[in-house]
Amino acid sequence: MSDKPKFVYVIYIASTPEKVFAALTDPDQTEQYWFGFRVGANGKVGAPRTVRNPAGVDFPNGVILESDPPRRLAYTWPPHTDQTNHERPSRVTFDIDVIKGQVRLTIVHDDFDAGSKVFEGISQGWPAVLSSLKSFLETGRVPEPGWCEPAVQVDRVRA
Amino acid sequence: MDDGLKADAVFRALADASRRELLDRLRAENGQTLSELCTRLEMTRQAVSKHLAILEDANLVATVRRGREKLHYLNPVPIHEIAERWIGKFERSRLQALSDMKQALEQSDE
Amino acid sequence: MSEGRSSFVYVTYIRTTPEKLWRALIEPEFTRQFWCETVQDCDWKVGATWKLMIPDGRVGDAGEVLEFDPPRHLALSWQNQFTELRAEGHSRLTYTLEPQQDMVKLTVTHEMPHPDSKFIEKVSGGWPIILSSLKSLLETGESLESTRRWPEGM
Repeated sequence: MSDKPKFVYVIYIASTPEKVFAALTDPDQTEQYWFGFRVGANGKVGAPRTVRNPAGVDFPNGVILESDPPRRLAYTWPPHTDQTNHERPSRVTFDIDVIKGQVRLTIVHDDFDAGSKVFEGISQGWPAVLSSLKSFLETGRVPEPGWCEPAVQVDRVRA
Repeated sequence: MDDGLKADAVFRALADASRRELLDRLRAENGQTLSELCTRLEMTRQAVSKHLAILEDANLVATVRRGREKLHYLNPVPIHEIAERWIGKFERSRLQALSDMKQALEQSDE
Repeated sequence: MSEGRSSFVYVTYIRTTPEKLWRALIEPEFTRQFWCETVQDCDWKVGATWKLMIPDGRVGDAGEVLEFDPPRHLALSWQNQFTELRAEGHSRLTYTLEPQQDMVKLTVTHEMPHPDSKFIEKVSGGWPIILSSLKSLLETGESLESTRRWPEGM
């Protein structure tokens, strides 16, 4: 059994596959629930996955590996800090199914180096981001600034 | 690096008041450059730089490039892991002791 | 699944208070809605026996309260009763509730002290829908449709 880390998370959302897929790939929506991050993954296979943080810093582009709206999306996740940029880009795969009337969203984030620091961060980040996505789609509410502790690298508003 | 060594690096990094102050500054306002961190702090640029390097080695601070600038971000993961591992257990056994004591006192009143 | 244990950990964030979330995890009026009509039969103190009751009167799972620290931390021993998974013995379930501004971070850890547990594999599939339903219930007033009834034939 390999010691390569792998993150798997399943969340059920009272919404439609189309709305979930759109929320995951449209920067105007991600900016609302993803703590100010603009994540773009609207393109076809081979197109870039873009990320801009709340301070306007563009992270290195990933590449869209699979796109089958609204059921499946996969893209690469390059590291973006000086401390992790020696690591290989990891891979994020979303599966969007409908189970008995609600959406089941499964994320697999894998293809990490053994001992990956990026893995540690995303393991804390994804449950927060996806919980926030669920609240956004079910209630329309977005996170209050500052509630999210984990390694999502939220920028405070400059005074 | 095994968990024990990682924890040591974090504790050593936190054992210095200036470094804790830097973490507080980043908590209040994340993503600062070295220059921004140096203003209002009574430390030389060199000293701040040195402390930041120790914090980066302990995985408490990560840096992201913006053009020629380097922005510093707090990484709460290691502190959270330590809190879970040490403080969580300590809190629970302390609370259990308090609750046992409370029960014992209540029974002795009967 | 290594180190001789089987472990499932799930973290979710719910817009509620720790007190409300704690009640929802324990009280029948809530569990009936998000946990497929089950109720917990328990005196809710350390050492008390605990049972998860299926609506037709069967005992689904049983165990004991190991730690009880409202509204922050609850731990139970938990053995399946109504299927062959009973043979695996007692697992350990913990709920940890941590407030974060207007949200509560809920961490659910479910562990068996042996590797390759089929019981843990089974609950790994169940917890995400139960906890997603709990979040919907507390945030929208309605649990997820498919968790409002005990599954037929189970």
